[in-house]
Amino acid sequence: MTAHLPALIPVAPLVIALLTPILARLSVTLVRITALTALLISLASSAGALQHALVEGTWHYHFGGWAPPWGIEYVIDPLAGIIAVLVSFFCLLVLVYAAPYLAGKPAQEKGYFYTLYLLLAAGLLGMVVTGDVFNLYVFLEISSLAAYALIASGGSRATVAAYRYLLIGTAAASLYLLGIGYLYALTGSLNMADLAVLLPPLAATNAVALAVALITIGLGIKMALFPLHGWLPDAYSSAPAPVAGILAAVMAKVSAYAIYRILYFVFKTAAPVQVALDIAGWMAAAGILYGSIMAIAQRDLWRMLAYSSVAQMAYIILGLALGNIMGLYGALLQILSHAFTKGCLFLVAGSISHQTGIRDIPRLARLSRRMPWTLAAFVVAAMSMVGLPPTVGFFSKWYLMLGAVEAGAWVFVAVLVASSLLTAVYFFRVLEYAYLKEDQGQVEGQTREVKAAGGWELAPAMLVPVLILGLGILTLGIFSDQIISGYIHFALPWRMP
Amino acid sequence: MNADFFLVNRPLWAVLISLLAAGLILFNDRRPNLREGITVLAAVGKFAIIFSMLPQVLAGQVIETAPLTLAPGITLHLQADTFGLLFALLSSFLWILTSIYNFGYMRALKYGHETGYYASFAVCLSATIGIAFAANLLTFFLFYEILTIATYPLVIHSRTEEAIYGGRKYLAYTLTAGQFLLVAVIWSQVLAPGAEFQPGGFLAGKGSVLALQILFFLFVLGLGVKAAIMPLHDWLPTAMVAPTPVSALLHAVAVVKAGAFGFLRLSGYVFGPQLVREIGAGQVLAVVAGITIIVASLRALGEDNLKRRLAYSTIGQLSYVVLGAALATPMALLGGMFHIVAHAFMKITLFFCAGAIYVTTHKQNISEMKGIGRQMPATLAAFTLGAIAIVGTPFMVGFISKWNLGLGALQANEGIYIAVLIVSALLTTGYFFPIVFNAYFGSNKAGTPIREASPALLYPLLITGVIALVLGVFPNFGWDFYQLALAAVKSIFTAGMGMAAGG
Repeated sequence: MTAHLPALIPVAPLVIALLTPILARLSVTLVRITALTALLISLASSAGALQHALVEGTWHYHFGGWAPPWGIEYVIDPLAGIIAVLVSFFCLLVLVYAAPYLAGKPAQEKGYFYTLYLLLAAGLLGMVVTGDVFNLYVFLEISSLAAYALIASGGSRATVAAYRYLLIGTAAASLYLLGIGYLYALTGSLNMADLAVLLPPLAATNAVALAVALITIGLGIKMALFPLHGWLPDAYSSAPAPVAGILAAVMAKVSAYAIYRILYFVFKTAAPVQVALDIAGWMAAAGILYGSIMAIAQRDLWRMLAYSSVAQMAYIILGLALGNIMGLYGALLQILSHAFTKGCLFLVAGSISHQTGIRDIPRLARLSRRMPWTLAAFVVAAMSMVGLPPTVGFFSKWYLMLGAVEAGAWVFVAVLVASSLLTAVYFFRVLEYAYLKEDQGQVEGQTREVKAAGGWELAPAMLVPVLILGLGILTLGIFSDQIISGYIHFALPWRMP
Repeated sequence: MNADFFLVNRPLWAVLISLLAAGLILFNDRRPNLREGITVLAAVGKFAIIFSMLPQVLAGQVIETAPLTLAPGITLHLQADTFGLLFALLSSFLWILTSIYNFGYMRALKYGHETGYYASFAVCLSATIGIAFAANLLTFFLFYEILTIATYPLVIHSRTEEAIYGGRKYLAYTLTAGQFLLVAVIWSQVLAPGAEFQPGGFLAGKGSVLALQILFFLFVLGLGVKAAIMPLHDWLPTAMVAPTPVSALLHAVAVVKAGAFGFLRLSGYVFGPQLVREIGAGQVLAVVAGITIIVASLRALGEDNLKRRLAYSTIGQLSYVVLGAALATPMALLGGMFHIVAHAFMKITLFFCAGAIYVTTHKQNISEMKGIGRQMPATLAAFTLGAIAIVGTPFMVGFISKWNLGLGALQANEGIYIAVLIVSALLTTGYFFPIVFNAYFGSNKAGTPIREASPALLYPLLITGVIALVLGVFPNFGWDFYQLALAAVKSIFTAGMGMAAGG
């Protein structure tokens, strides 16, 4: 069994996803248990594989026994291991969170939800563990199709958003496919490690430059890098709460991971990569400012968080563009940090909407009295977004700034400072409403529907994930050095003393 | 776990004890007596821990905690050196008195929802001690930001529109400043990895003059807001909407002094006195401080609200400390360091009095306080002591720091600042004398039965008032503050000499 851990990571949810439509006819509880078990297996396998990668070096697993470059290879290096643990952890956590949301829906709909959700998880995990660029495309499509359907399940407005995302997302995937098509034509290989060996002599050709551009743009769309972010605000803000949570927490991160993996591990130091990273860095800087300013302009809490994601995802690219050790530390820590922080924020927003139906920021008035713990988690996450110590957001910003100062990139320093302040503005507005403003909602005749949650401010299945993430933000912050020196350090593209 | 472990890590315990108290306070929401008991216990415990380090530190030791790595090459590193201990002793002692005062004040005014208030107060004190004991810039910055955030709930405590506006302004100023400070800290980290404070500074020769000038400017922006140098001062008078104990301890001692303390650290331990003067940054900062001293005193003259007048007075007085850091001569640094202590005792007395008057008579404006000295003689006696001290009368605590600052200005060949000090003293007399005169001799149509403030309010302010007097005659009374400042200055300049000789 342990010899096949890398395969189990995506396969466990994939198999259960296929069984789910049948199981759903028997019992929804059974579906839920098997789904949770599948994700638990993924999480345990990821953790085991990560441990193996750290102790004994990169784990090359040949799928079905076919050796690369002919067969598909799964590669668990520390980088893939970290991201796999992160993704499977969030998939599990959000699935726990989804229970109260699903309660009361017809059994068939629940069955669809679990199927799609597990497919999404399998797709994301597959993208992380694979060592094959075409296999990555396949998993990208699996996760994307599942995501379109999950978003569309959020109602009529969501259908439009999902359709729009589908069009843009398909274009993105096609660009990526075209890019790897060029690589295949040039080298005859699709295996990442193989490509890394075959590409350097060809690095100066136009075809490689084109491939870099197509792949970066394709994945840039999927991770909503400004100005390719158009699909994101609608998709995030109209999706059902658990779906928005998982999309915001890990889905875009996996595309960011893929950019990092391909640019830094496959193309390595080819000349076009530097150009692509430079351009992406400036797009990221613009995106940070654009996302932050647009977030201030939003009245809907979910849309505010969505625009905030546009800004925060760009931090990752900023770090990659800096390209020095501190910048990469910052980028990778930001992947963890933003997953926890934005995941927490979307789950809180989802909980508020689930519990009271409120999405507008001005209607949050005095909500802190009714949902004190939920709002406390929100405060911690907001501090992390702004980058205040001792939260993890501070440390990812610290490394990014350190990298920017080291590289003498003063414009990026200024962008990071400006972004922190703009972020403070829009989160502070929410907190001021939630904690200080008197309730004026009733005046407009909109009484709040309040659901009973058995004496809890929120159903425990929702509250516990929210609190875990809130505590996680603090814990990751306090132990950020251990995470950097024990894990992230080994996820750099080159070995350092 | 041996005894050594406890002794060596005393700076850490001093930080943690009030953090622990904050947690306990939050869990005792429904038990006000227990909640307030915890506050006092934590305050006394904190002071005891810090006080116990005094003999060793005076003997020249630096008590360092085991470092906890925060980021590669940087540790959460606390150390009790002479200057840090001075600030820590001061804040922790005044926290005891403020806690007692708090009970009298908050219970009399019946705000409700005080649990968060006491918890935030405790967190603020943790952060202040963290700032005092920080051994490197990152640790300093961490606690500096925590202090910013923890103070916010205290400013908006009354939840009125005015308070919310004050809180917003406070955050806008301090968070922006925090970002500049962060850039400055990171830049220092890049120039000199580790960025540990060193007597005599660690940045000499680490960058071009222009780079160091810009870096210094970033530090000034970052620290200047809390130290309320003009034109970054505007949040402070607005923040006076906070309950008076907050204005007294945080807006006269802990928060604003964290900024002033930062300036002295910057000048003595980051850049070093020599470098500050060489790159011309000290000269410019001194001008800014001088202007702040005069303009703030002029503004104070025009304020009728007592707390706002005190706030402008604080702005002016803080710049004495900044001036000391900017002149960066031995006597100037000594004066600046001792002024942190002197101003703390004087201004906390004055704020305590303002609060006691408000609780007892509900008067906030100076124009309404005619004859109040006959009604509250003990309170006004303390107020008078504080006012006389702040003017800089000999044999009062304010005189010692100003005398040293004046000598420091001469050492720097900038005698003009003696004129600034004298003009400021006159203006200070100008804005305090009418209050005292009216309080005793102003006519008050209503009868003036003696009605003093309640004991919880009265005793703390009498104690601080008397200490302001005693420290003027015996500056080493009780806590060896003067000795600590002297030792700190010596360490800065002997290190500088050593470097000069070595280089």
